[in-house]
This record gives sequence, structure tokens and C-alpha cells, in this order.
Amino acid sequence: MKTITVVGASLAGLSAARELRAQGFDGRLVIVGEEPHQPYDRPPLSKDFLLGRAEEADLALTDAAERAALEAEWMLGVHANGLDTGAGEVLLDNGTVRTDGVVIATGARPRILAGQGNLNGVHTLRTIEDALTLRADLERAERVVVVGAGFIGAEVASACATRGLQVTVVEAAPKPLAGLGDEMASACAALHTDHGVRLLCGTGVAGLSGDHRVREVLLRDGSSIEADVVVIGVGVVPTTEWLDGSGLSLVNGVVCDPGCRTDLPDVVAVGDVANVGGHRVEHWTNATRQPRVAVRNLLAGALVESCADVPYFWSDQYGVRIQFAGRVLPSDKVEVVEGSVEDRAFVAVWRREAVEVGVLAFNNTKSFNRRRRALPL
Amino acid sequence: MLRVCDLSELPPGESIRISESNTAVPVAVFNADGVIYAVDDTCSHQDASLSEGWLDGCFVECPLHAASFDLRTGLPTCLPAKKPVRTHQVSVVDGVIWLHQAAQDVA
Ligand SMILES: Cc1cc2nc3c(=O)[nH]c(=O)nc-3n(C[C@H](O)[C@H](O)[C@H](O)COP(=O)(O)OP(=O)(O)OC[C@H]3O[C@@H](n4cnc5c(N)ncnc54)[C@H](O)[C@@H]3O)c2cc1C
Ligand code: FES
Repeated sequence: MKTITVVGASLAGLSAARELRAQGFDGRLVIVGEEPHQPYDRPPLSKDFLLGRAEEADLALTDAAERAALEAEWMLGVHANGLDTGAGEVLLDNGTVRTDGVVIATGARPRILAGQGNLNGVHTLRTIEDALTLRADLERAERVVVVGAGFIGAEVASACATRGLQVTVVEAAPKPLAGLGDEMASACAALHTDHGVRLLCGTGVAGLSGDHRVREVLLRDGSSIEADVVVIGVGVVPTTEWLDGSGLSLVNGVVCDPGCRTDLPDVVAVGDVANVGGHRVEHWTNATRQPRVAVRNLLAGALVESCADVPYFWSDQYGVRIQFAGRVLPSDKVEVVEGSVEDRAFVAVWRREAVEVGVLAFNNTKSFNRRRRALPL
Repeated sequence: MLRVCDLSELPPGESIRISESNTAVPVAVFNADGVIYAVDDTCSHQDASLSEGWLDGCFVECPLHAASFDLRTGLPTCLPAKKPVRTHQVSVVDGVIWLHQAAQDVA
């Protein structure tokens, strides 16, 4: 292959570029990214960055020395519109790139809430611009409503509470994080109430009201909550529109075999956008780990390795470090094996038959990692 | 010098964290197969405690994003860490582990 183009210049795209060079690809390497920035780290955006304890420079994933060594052509602020594999081209807003191989790393973006509208004071959080405008808006706010009690919503609520704001989290499901099962979901929910954050579950949002700026969140049960700032955290959708008509199979992301290979030859996908072997993972570690396997298969032109990682993520909320690994089913049995939920410091495991298949820890990274290593794929 | 603990309290493969009330910054002390090492406890990448990491020979893997550090030099051996952690001198005298206060910056 003479030219390989990476589309998406964030964690997974940068990791793929690093892997291409590390695995000996010495041809032309093009990196196309819609955002005008060099790759940056998103997790701090809902944590230290919102608190003003981290700034833009702290988010950089790469530096000038590394970029020089990568010898890549960066096309930043450039949107890819399509993929024409017949012609061997990535189509851009401002032209095309002739290419032999493609790494798709276009990630995901926030899901829009029905009735979200475009009032001022309503935010989603994915990019540095999102975080900057939200942070500035919080300076003037007193009451914040977070819609969605997933991990990002919970982190935003935690940051707002730390900033001394009055925070309500609204969750449509009867319990947040239902996938963790009743007991562990309650443990996560309790963190909100521990810190004076109101958690309203089982009520969806019907709409938002206000003139130019949001004033109220209207709930399905007819009630409403006053808000100066609303943050919508109702999940993400994989960014695949640009691939419509490319011939790729797009079902919950770009469909790939277990080695990140798509149905088109010489095209692989990695990170939040990739549905690999039936699983799409939206976590940081996955975006750093899949590229090694994807690049290996791309350069080999065959499936020579499959991804073999157990999904893992962490979340920092209310001074508690939460870590989870595994894939658990509602039928798995969960048990606290160390510490106690009441102390907000524990390790819990999920078992299927007698085998540990998942582990969750609050403030216990050491035991968490020992158990995580033992999890089966 | 600061008394860390008895050598018998830190068997091979174990680690201990010395909090900042005793030193300028928290320090992690490891027993790597019988050799004692000490480095700054906070990972050079983000906020994680290396004393809670996974010890493999004289390398410790960060418990948050799996950067690995060589305890002999403090240098990272893989991403996401790019900067070293400082190392600290330790000595074992009569079965007691002692930490020397001045940290060694990596050249
Ligand atoms: C606020 C926040 C907090 C998080 N916290 C955690 C955490 O605590 N723990 C954890 O494990 N994970 C966390 N995550 C998730 C983690 O950041 C993601 O899994 C990771 O960013 C995925 O990387 P990616 O490169 O696959 O996708 P992305 O980071 O989404 O990057 C995709 C890039 O592709 C670009 N792009 C999209 N379409 C095009 C196109 N057509 N042409 C050109 N460029 C395009 C986008 O602009 C973007 O820059 C968090 C995410 C957010 C937003
Ligand atoms: S905090 Fe240690 S690797 Fe990220």
C-alpha cells in the first residue's frame, strides 16, 4: 500500500496512525479530521476541565516532536463526505485523497433529545467547544438540569455540584444505568443524593421552554423544573452518515469482523464508530487498543488477529473513582466481594455459572485490576 | 530519612503508599522480587496512584490507563504516559526500609 488515509483525528485515529508507523508502514499517511484541533483527550471535558482544573493545553494527546516523527499529512478542519472504493478515493469537502487503504475513526456524537430545540443555555458535551461554552454558561448559572443519568451526565452533575450549583438529574428509565442491575445501579444513583443532587427517575422530558434562553424543563408527567442551564446526556450515535452509499454495512456503527475489517477490502474501522464482532464499545481504552489489531490486519490484507480485550471504562464522580470491566447480562449474579456499598468503597463481581464475567469497583483500583485481568473474553 | 516499614511487611509483589503528610508528594514503595524501589506515587499521565498498579518484575502498570513505568529509572515504557515519574532512593537496614528524602529527577 502506498497511501493510507485515516478519517477522524481523535483518540482512535491518532492511535491508528501511531500503529501504522510502529508496524512499519512507510508510505504516505494522511489524517483527515473535521475538528480544527490536533487530537485531544475527551474524558477530562466532563471532569477537571469543567471545574477549571484543566485547560486546553492539558488535553493534548500529541506534541510537535511526535507529529514530526509520524510524518503524516494532517488535513484538519476538513470533513470527509464519502468513500469511493472503486476509484480508491476518500471524498472531502475540498477535493479528494487518492488512497489504497482507509482507517475509519469518526467516532460518535451526542444523541439529540426530541424537543431539544435550539434555545440558549442547552448543551451537549463532546468537543472542546462544547466544554468551553458549557463552562462559561455555568459561571452565570444557579440551577442546572442534567437530562440523562449515564456516566457523562453523572460526571457533569458532579462537577456542577462541586461548583456549588443546584443540580437536578432527570432520567427517563426507572433507575439509571439499568445494565448494571438493581443493586449496583442504586449504588451509582446514591452518589447523586449523597451530594445533594436531586435525581428524578422514571420521567421523560417532554420539551424545553423559554424565549431565547431556556427557562424550564417540561416533564412528561406534566411537571416542570426551572433551569438556567440544561445539559443533555442521553447517549451518542456513531458518526457514519458520511459513509452512506459507500457499500459498507452500517448497523449500529460500521460493521466489522472481530479484527476490525469492514466488508470492503483495505478498509478497517476503530473506536466508538466501529461495531466489531457484534459489539460497539464507547470507551477510551477501546479506542487505544483496537487500532493495533486493525492496522495489523490492514497491512496483512487478511484476518490475522482478532481483538481480545474485555471492555473497560472508568468514571470519576463526586470524588469516587468508578471502574467497570466485562460484559454482564441481567441473568448474571452480582455480589460485593470487598468493602461495602455504604462506604462507597467496594468491589463487586458478576458471575455466570461459577465464572466471574464482570467487575465493578468504587475507589478500589488495586483489587479491581487484579480481578479485571482474570476475566474471560 | 523516613522509616517506611519493616521489610517483612512488604513482601515481594507488594506496594505501599506513603502519603504527602510525610513527604512533599505521595511516594509509592515497591518490593519487586526482593528489590525495593520508590517512585512518586501519582502517575505522570493523569490522576492515578501507582502504588495501586500492577507490578510485573521491575515495571509497574498504572491502574487507570495502563501506562507502564520502569521502577529503576522512572521512565514510561508505553503510552499514554510520556513523562517520567521521579525515583527515590531507598535502603534496607536491619530489616527496615528507609526512604531518602531527596527525589532523583530523570536526566
Ligand atoms: C465528555 C466525555 C467524557 C468521557 N469520559 C470517559 C471516561 O471517563 N472513560 C472512558 O472510558 N471513556 C470516556 N469517554 C469516551 C471516550 O472519550 C471515547 O470513547 C473516545 O473519544 C473515542 O475515540 P474515537 O477516536 O473513536 O472517537 P471520537 O473521539 O468521537 O473522535 C472522532 C473524530 O472524528 C471526527 N469526524 C467525524 N466525522 C468526520 C468526517 N466525516 N470527516 C472528518 N472527521 C470526522 C470528529 O470530529 C472527531 O474529532 C468520554 C467521552 C466524552 C465526550
Ligand atoms: S493516569 Fe496513569 S496512565 Fe493515565
